[in-house]
Amino acid sequence: MNTASHYDVAIIGAGMSGLAAGIRLAHFGKRVCIFERHNAVGGLNSFYSLGGRKYDVGLHAMTNFVRPGVKGTPLGKLLRQLRIDRDEFALCEQKRSRIAFGARGEASLTFTNDFAVFESEVARAFPAQIDGFRRLVGLVRTFDDVSLDAKPVSAREVVRREITDPLLEDMLFCPLMYYGSAHEHDMEFGQFVIMFKALFLEGFARPLEGVRVILRVLLEKYREAGGERRMKCGVRRIVASAGRATALVLDSGEEITADHVISSIGAPETAALLAPVPAADPTAAPLPPAGRLSFVETITVLDRLPSALGWGDDTIVFFNDSERFHYERPDDQVDVRSGVICLPNNFDYGPDRNLPEGLFRCTCLANFDRWAGLAEEAYQADKRRWYDAVQQSARRFLPPLPAPDALTRATVATDMFTPRTITKFTGHFAGAIYGAPDKVRDGRTPLANLYLCGTDQGFLGIVGAMLSGISMANYHVLRGA
Amino acid sequence: MTKDECKQVVLDIIADIAPDEDLSNVKPDVRLRDQLQLDSMDFLDIVMELRKRHGIEVPEADYIQLASLDSCAEYLTPKFNALASKG
Repeated sequence: MNTASHYDVAIIGAGMSGLAAGIRLAHFGKRVCIFERHNAVGGLNSFYSLGGRKYDVGLHAMTNFVRPGVKGTPLGKLLRQLRIDRDEFALCEQKRSRIAFGARGEASLTFTNDFAVFESEVARAFPAQIDGFRRLVGLVRTFDDVSLDAKPVSAREVVRREITDPLLEDMLFCPLMYYGSAHEHDMEFGQFVIMFKALFLEGFARPLEGVRVILRVLLEKYREAGGERRMKCGVRRIVASAGRATALVLDSGEEITADHVISSIGAPETAALLAPVPAADPTAAPLPPAGRLSFVETITVLDRLPSALGWGDDTIVFFNDSERFHYERPDDQVDVRSGVICLPNNFDYGPDRNLPEGLFRCTCLANFDRWAGLAEEAYQADKRRWYDAVQQSARRFLPPLPAPDALTRATVATDMFTPRTITKFTGHFAGAIYGAPDKVRDGRTPLANLYLCGTDQGFLGIVGAMLSGISMANYHVLRGA
Repeated sequence: MTKDECKQVVLDIIADIAPDEDLSNVKPDVRLRDQLQLDSMDFLDIVMELRKRHGIEVPEADYIQLASLDSCAEYLTPKFNALASKG
């Protein structure tokens, strides 16, 4: 066996989960290599430069934020497991966020990283529901969300036992779904609990320089621990024999071997590497199929802070204009009835510190199939059309501008991603950033030494992604070592 | 190695894996879990660091021996000394 191309563990994908798994394994002396097809790390939470500006790909806010001293939460676990000092992430807290429902956002609930604010908002806006809301919070706090064998339960059913006003029910589900649900219409209650804690009981923060700060810390830890990384070097095929992954064929045609293989690229994406040709019979695919939910996002760069447009201190605004909130794949290319606004300038970066320019980002649900097959010209035209529609829809939930053309005059650059962009740069099928609806909690695959981590293993958000990599490395490789 | 030195080895490891814990008043006869916020992931790390730094193997069935500093010292000191006499 050629030792130059043999590893204890090969990891497919240098996103948050792959990097975290790599750090754990390298720290404990494993010979590890991460193979990444793209030229940048980060996967679904990467960054890019365009026209001399730096952009984050997906990250609005890091969820799961708790202040120093709060223990036993996902953020604390992650920092310990990766031997990261929390100051290295340089996290700055959100100012305040809102859930705004109704044609002009008439029903509004503000929340911050202090849960008492959210609770008092619910009491103010829904006085008849507050007792039920408190019982629901009690259920969330005591739920065993780490149990791997819990029976799946509909979160809508559980919530309806305590919350009888459908408006409040939808207002609670909207942020939790938008920030991590691969399921249409409903969530599994365990996932609801994880997301409720991550957004409402914990909170939002980000480093001033965005996701690249977090990735830089991860890369440094990985390098220090002795991990190897090969960029622009995707895995084309997983060679299997006798129920084990025996080799990886790289895009270059080179073959490498490893005792264990951890794939962070998603369940159906991993299944596709196992079969050189897509399986004709879908029932033969042992891993779950791709999810149906994808998104578009508009990014508007401003020559001033959003607050100078009269938009105040909102960090994130989750909005919906319809009677009910519809979290589903739209029939049309985009569904602008609901969405998420992010104003990254409105984190508390400290006195006189802020991003170099203003930023206004809006996310809406989109249909991958309606974007995938378009010819380039039609694709660009549709992007422009939907850019305007998304922005107009979102602006209804922000205070009115000082002049009708104020936003246009303040805009210095724009960008937009579609479901097609997601698949192009991350390799995730169907632009499904939250992956397949059915998660593989134990990370097992049909091959004994091939495991999944990341989105399709079932932890959510970037803290969840890193914990996924950690727990799969611990469970499948380190614990049995 | 003395039992006190062994306890210090364990405390040094805990200080590295859980730098946010105050270790100045850890009672040797009380379960670590009852006085510090340590979960199963942290205990796995104590075991892994013992192997990485000192070549000490703790099989999964013996994890319970690491409950308190006193029990750690009882269980680990002979292992350290056996290793030293071999080396």
